[in-house]
Amino acid sequence: MGVQFLRLVAAVAGKDLRVELRSREIVYTMGLFAAVIVVVFSFAFVRDQRALVEAVPGVAWAAVVFAGTIGLGRAFDRERESDTMRALLLAPAPRLAVFAGKTVAITALVFAVEAVVLPLCLLFFNVDLGASTATLALVLALGAIGFAVVGTVFAAMLLRTQARDVLLPVVLYPILVPMIMAGTKATAALLLNQTGDAWFWIKFLAAFDLAFIITAMWSFEALVIE
Amino acid sequence: MRRYLVPVFALAAAVGLAVTLYMVFYVTPLERTLYFNQKIFYWHVPNWFMLFSMVFLCGGASVGFLVKRDPKWDDVAWAAGELAVLFGAIGLVTGSIWGKAAWGHWWKWELRLTTSLILWLTMLGYAMVRRFAGAGSERLAAGLAVFGVVNVPLVYFAVKLADKIGQPSSHPKAQVVSQLTSSMKLTFQLSVLTFAALCAALLFARIDGIRTSRKLREVRERALDAGILEP
Repeated sequence: MGVQFLRLVAAVAGKDLRVELRSREIVYTMGLFAAVIVVVFSFAFVRDQRALVEAVPGVAWAAVVFAGTIGLGRAFDRERESDTMRALLLAPAPRLAVFAGKTVAITALVFAVEAVVLPLCLLFFNVDLGASTATLALVLALGAIGFAVVGTVFAAMLLRTQARDVLLPVVLYPILVPMIMAGTKATAALLLNQTGDAWFWIKFLAAFDLAFIITAMWSFEALVIE
Repeated sequence: MRRYLVPVFALAAAVGLAVTLYMVFYVTPLERTLYFNQKIFYWHVPNWFMLFSMVFLCGGASVGFLVKRDPKWDDVAWAAGELAVLFGAIGLVTGSIWGKAAWGHWWKWELRLTTSLILWLTMLGYAMVRRFAGAGSERLAAGLAVFGVVNVPLVYFAVKLADKIGQPSSHPKAQVVSQLTSSMKLTFQLSVLTFAALCAALLFARIDGIRTSRKLREVRERALDAGILEP
């Protein structure tokens, strides 16, 4: 660890984000998909021409997780199409730096989608967020990190297997359940202005992220060896 | 010695199933609050014990595989993962039947039920990876098992803490276990041993099957490399 390591992480993340910024393919498709999910859900939760506020946290997090999964699949498909993943793993950099760089890039993508989904939810469901915007951003950031850490490990492992498109959500979602629960609870608490409860779940999200960052760091090397 | 493992455990399980079934209906007394429907407890709970043992065996064997890179460990993890799905399915079905009789609902979003369901879904994902992901998916499966085991306490606490505003747990464990008479305890212990024997018989049989098919695959690959076999 050190400056050199961080520079490698930044190089890998920067490469991924630069590719994405030039085509904007993942951000546009993920964002549109997430928006469509929110709209579809708001039809399901409409009563007397008004949408149910209680549904907001669940809808938002479902949209983020669904859209995040297609973004994750696409981000790793790019590495597979011209077999650049092998080049990346052969590069004179520790595997951990490659993994961390990928995770940072995915985190940024998921966070970008969250920045679309939440305002849309607030708009369609007529919710006033009030003063807790910064806290909500923290919840979303922690959620994005957790999703990216677990998702990157599984997407990287699925690269060389058959049926990866259907297997990714099947293996990913059960693992993400605690994160989704904590995220929805924290969001719900913030919408009801219960700051104490929200901070409790924020700590839980941080613990989830930490647990899987450690697991991923320990296992990534062994898991993606070519 | 090894070749007798499966028949011996299978025989023990067969005898045990008959004996515990007899004891459940003719020896143990009726439970005071739940009456007759408590009797499913003797077969319901051991299945969950087996699910959790198989999950931790699967996780442990997966760690062993990742550290030692010996496919022997992978065979054990694969067999244990499939058995976790099987025993979890039995536990869910018997639990639903008991729930319908005791609570009037097939399902409740209660701590133990939710935690077990998530764990079972993870193992179902594991079984699907083993079946559909094709060659080269051993590490993916091992990673999934490790992440799944790490996830168990997280799910447990997430559900527990999310429930803290709600009512206390209504799962019958608390009331049933504290009031067991000695014949009930004996029957319960016997049926745990019975299901452990059943589990061991299935585990060894499945490990043998998986190992044989892996060896067959290896022989086929070697024959293809040597040009003896047409592709």
